[in-house]
This record gives sequence, C-alpha cells and structure tokens, in this order.
Amino acid sequence: MSGGNIVARRPFPAAAREELGDAQLRANLRKATHTIRDKRLRVVGEVPDWEALRQSGAAIKDDVLSRLPELLEEFEATATAAGATVHWARDAAEACAVVTQLVRDTGATEVVKVKSMATQEIGLNEALEAAGIDAVETDLAELIVQLADDTPSHILVPAIHYNRSQIREIFTRNGLSALTDDPPALAEAARRHLRAKFLSARVGISGANFAVAESGALVVVESEGNGRMCLTLPETLISVVGIEKILPTFRDLEVFLQLLPRSSTGERMNPYTSLWTGVTPGDGPQTVHIVLVDNGRTETLADDVGRQALRCIRCSACLNVCPVYERVGGHAYGSVYPGPIGAILSPQMSGEGANRTLPYASTLCGACYDACPVQINIPEVLVHLRQTGPHPVAERAAMRALSWAMRDRRRYTAALRAARRGAAPVRWVAGRRGTVRHLPWPLSRWTSTRDAPLPAKQTFREWWATERGQA
Amino acid sequence: MKVALFVTCVNDLVFPGTGRAVVQVLERLGHTVEFPVEQGCCGQMHANSGYREEALPLVANFVKTFDGYDAVVGPSGSCVAMVRDWYPKLVPDATEVVARTYELSELLVDVLGVTDVGATFPHRVTYHPTCHGLRLLHLGDRPRRLLESVRDLELLDLPGAEECCGFGGTFSVKNAGVSGAMLADKCRSIVDTGAEYVAAVDNSCLAHIGGGLSRTSGPAKAIHYAEILAATS
Repeated sequence: MSGGNIVARRPFPAAAREELGDAQLRANLRKATHTIRDKRLRVVGEVPDWEALRQSGAAIKDDVLSRLPELLEEFEATATAAGATVHWARDAAEACAVVTQLVRDTGATEVVKVKSMATQEIGLNEALEAAGIDAVETDLAELIVQLADDTPSHILVPAIHYNRSQIREIFTRNGLSALTDDPPALAEAARRHLRAKFLSARVGISGANFAVAESGALVVVESEGNGRMCLTLPETLISVVGIEKILPTFRDLEVFLQLLPRSSTGERMNPYTSLWTGVTPGDGPQTVHIVLVDNGRTETLADDVGRQALRCIRCSACLNVCPVYERVGGHAYGSVYPGPIGAILSPQMSGEGANRTLPYASTLCGACYDACPVQINIPEVLVHLRQTGPHPVAERAAMRALSWAMRDRRRYTAALRAARRGAAPVRWVAGRRGTVRHLPWPLSRWTSTRDAPLPAKQTFREWWATERGQA
Repeated sequence: MKVALFVTCVNDLVFPGTGRAVVQVLERLGHTVEFPVEQGCCGQMHANSGYREEALPLVANFVKTFDGYDAVVGPSGSCVAMVRDWYPKLVPDATEVVARTYELSELLVDVLGVTDVGATFPHRVTYHPTCHGLRLLHLGDRPRRLLESVRDLELLDLPGAEECCGFGGTFSVKNAGVSGAMLADKCRSIVDTGAEYVAAVDNSCLAHIGGGLSRTSGPAKAIHYAEILAATS
C-alpha cells in the first residue's frame, strides 16, 4: 500500500512533450545542471579512493536492507530510550494523519519545515493545510516553490526550473521585496521573511538523511542553516523518516558524509550537519517525535533486482547528469522523485497511474550509474521493470515475430531479402539523398524528428555470398 | 589470425558497407575473416525492451554460431555490450564465446596490437563516443587512437562528446520528442566543429544522428569509423 505525491498522472511522453515546448525551462535546466555537474566532477576527482567509498556506501546500504526489521526495532528502542516517541506509518495517509494529530495536540496553527523529501512524498503540506495548519517551508528553494504555488522539480534544487529574475517576480508577488535579482538580495529578502517565522514557531517538522540504529540519532545535512533553526528553536520537533534511512552505527556516517555533499552540491563538505538524539533537557526541542514511513518501501525491498533503489541517499547526482532530465525537467516525471532514480523508485513504490511509463523514460545511456555514489545500477533496474511490467499487445506481437524470424537462418535471410525488396520503391522516391523524410504511422514516430535510412540494395550476406561464394 | 565477423542485423540489412569495411581492414592486416552464415540478431532490442524470453532463442543462436572461434568481432558497441553485459546473465555457460567477442577497436588495439591500419582519409572528422561503447565496454581512447593514425585525417574535438545522442533503441520512437531534443543538441555540436564527418562505433546511433544531420544545412555526415579505417584514398 502506498500513496502521496509519487504517482504520475499523465504518461511520461505526453508530460515530456509539454515541458519540451518551454524554451526558458530548457535554458534554465541546462545552465543549472551543467554547473552542478562540473562542480561534482571536480570534487569527486580529488578523492583518490572515490570508487572504494562508493563500494562501501553500497555495501553498508545492502547490509541495512538485508536486516532492516531488526535495525528498525533497534532504532525504535534507542530513540525511545533517549526520550523520543517513535510512530509507525504504513503509507502516506497514515503518516499525514499521525503528524497532523501531533501538531493539533500542541495547539499550534503554524509549523516551520526543514527541506525534506519524505514530507513532500507523503503530501504533508496539503494534509496540514486541510487541517487549518500553515506549513512554512524554510529552505530557500522550497520557499520559492511554495510561494509560486508550484511543485518541486528536483530532489536537491526544487526551484531549479526558475532563473533569478523569475524568482524575484515570485517574491514580489508575495510581498517579499528584493531590490535586485542578485542572489544576495534575494537571499536577504527570504532571510527577513523567515526570521520572524523561526522566532515564533512552536513546532518544527523535518525529514532525516540518516537514522542511526545504535544510538537513535537522526542526521540532517543542509547548506543554509535554516534547517538548524527549525531543529533547535521550536519546543516540538517532528521528523518524518523513510524506513530505509537507517544506518547501523555512528561510524557508518564517515562514508556517507563524504559521499553525499560531493555528489549533491558538488562541495567537499556541506555547511551544516545537524545530529540529535531524542531529547536533551534544557537544550533544543523538549518534545521529539519520529514517524517512520513505509509507503511502498517494503514491496520494493521484496524485489531482488529492484531493491537496490532503496540504497538511494537523495543526492540527485543522477538527475544532474541525465540527458533526459536536462531536456524535460522534474515535473514531467509526475512524482517528487524525478530523473533516473525517480524512474525506478516511483513505479516500484506505486504501480498506480502512469508510473508504468517511467521505466521507458531513458536511453539507457548509463551516465546515472556512473554518477551514483551508492552504485545503483539504474539501467539494470529500468530494464528489469520493463521486463516485469505489462507490454502493449501489438508491440509484443511484433517482438515475437521478429524473434521468430531472426533465430533461424532461412527465415532470417528471407526476411532481410523481403525488407530489401520492399524498400525498392521507397528508394526510388528517396532519390539521391538516399534517406526518407516522411513515413506513415507508426514509422512516422521516427521521421517526426529525423530522416530514416533505407535497407541497402544488397545485404551484407548477399555480398558475401557473391564475393566469397558461400551462404 | 582467423576472425569470425559478427556483422549485426542492422549492418547486414542497412549498412553492409560497414561489414565490408571490417573485412577489408582485417584482410589488409593479413588476417582471415570468416562469416558464419547462421548468425542473426544478438537480441539486444528484445532484452533492453523487456522481452527477455523472446531474446533467449537469439542469444542461443549466437552462442551456437560463434562457439569455437578464436575471436569474434562486431562493428557495434551496443551489440558487443549486449553480449558482454547480458549473455553471462542469460546463458551462464557461454563464458568462452563471450570473452572472445570484441568490438572492432578492442580487437585491433588490444588483441592484434595495431593502431595504424594503413588507412588514408583526407577529411575533417569528429568522433562521438557512443554510450555503450563508452560506459559499458569502456573502449576509452581506442577508437580515437585508430582514427588519429589515419593519414590526412584531421580529428576535431566534439564538445559534450560523452552526452547521449538520444537514440536509445525504442526510446527513439516511444519518446520521440525528447529523443529529438537530444539529437538537435548533438547535431548542433557536430555542425559547430566544422567537421565533414561524425564517426562512431555504432550504426544505430549513427542512423539517428545522420537522420538529424541531413535536416541541417551543414555538410556533416555520419560514418561508421570502420569505413574510415578501410579507406585508402
């Protein structure tokens, strides 16, 4: 059972076509993804044991996944002993209900939020709004998206689809005055807006990058320090955490705190890493809740090939190197998890809606696998999901016919000859260029964007038979 | 050395000149080429599209056809990657034929120890490293080294060379819009180099790139690098 903002409403090709029409979007994405891509390459290149680190990251995560129930129980015990209250949620709706009730119990009508994928996934802001509670996003990019009444289009940089003059416009519309569209001016406007919220908020809501089983500690990795404000100032802190975020020991952070910043922001180290363990009397939030969310993860874990997607640490390196993501942006994927990782994560967490079209949203170019800090073989999982998903009837028939024809020498030779002969009149039409500009449906899907080549006048095997007297 | 040519189905039907070029290059270097006529398709399209059962008979046919040859050469990065990457999972006992199947540049540079194949090609050429050649076979600079040794050839750097051209097999028709957007960017990079030819190790990517280039006003054409290596004037 699962739900929330991980179900694509429209098939990927249709959604992508619409996004492709937005020239400004493509220019923004190209500039941003190439900038982060180059930064990542530089800082990864300076680590001599990067490949060993990736292997360690993958191995630690695989170990966690192989004994997840036991580690989760250990985490519950240690976190509880440290003064936190642990809640369990099977799906998005349950998680939202738990958090909403916890906020209601405090009597607060406004909460401040740390940037979090888990709360985006479960649709928490919408649920809180329905309960009359204002959820204020405090991450700069999430704030931009929230003020624009939009949805995030990137895991790390939710407002990647906007440039700075568009951001200034959004701010101005919402009464945040920025004198220019210089990044410092925009940041200052957001700072003034948020400072008042931090000081008055009684409840903070976060996710967590890691949850340490041996101690019950949670870890949030961020750049701005706004997260640190939310984690320390309010009286009550509620953290929504996917069950795969567990790490066995504190020592394991050594690997991930090297892998994550270099892969995500292209920095050697992120500016703020916050760790907290339950309640510390007289310091920070005195009421601490942790909501552990499944929402389709257990089903993903059950798949031998697909479970590697649960190693993901949400760095978004795969998005930044993906040529498909670069052209269409995150909204085309219809889920809070876009790009290559989204194309394998969303359909595994939920088979609903148009999620089945996502495994085809890739050329299998492999750039994502090379970039992944925990070695998720995304192309392998994409093909696996194509294998296990439903196939169009006509396509299956064509694939079967081709396989039947090509497995036997006589049938294969006859098929090649038939294709060559069938192309003869087309070749006459094609004339000297030798390629075809328009073909009827379904081949028009090829000629919509490029000319089609024609079968040669003589196949290779015919040439060989003539020249070498065989076949 | 006796080498079996695995021409690939796309080359057999649409680009036989690439197969002939491989024969010419290897024979010029003093090797014997055989063409086992039982060969068909390697099964890549089926396997990558989620039709593993339909791929299996094709895989079995490949293994049966090429079993026993000292070396098998395929002028296609993606078909050879299919053999190397997929076959061990599909037919675990086919390790020998898999280990002896090479992409052309691997055979020339690693097995035969040649980078100068005696070719002459007086043209401006840029090289696009295809994804499967680059990231699955790890061909590295082998094809470039072969091209750099061709007489009178001017090799031009392609900006963003390692970015996918947008072909992706059935992706090119299932997501034709995105594929076309990637192609347009690739074509622009190629045209901007001022090259007369863009060379690559895979005719399926080249059919896509060439089909895009023929809609641009520039002179650039797609060519399989084996045909450059075969050229002598």
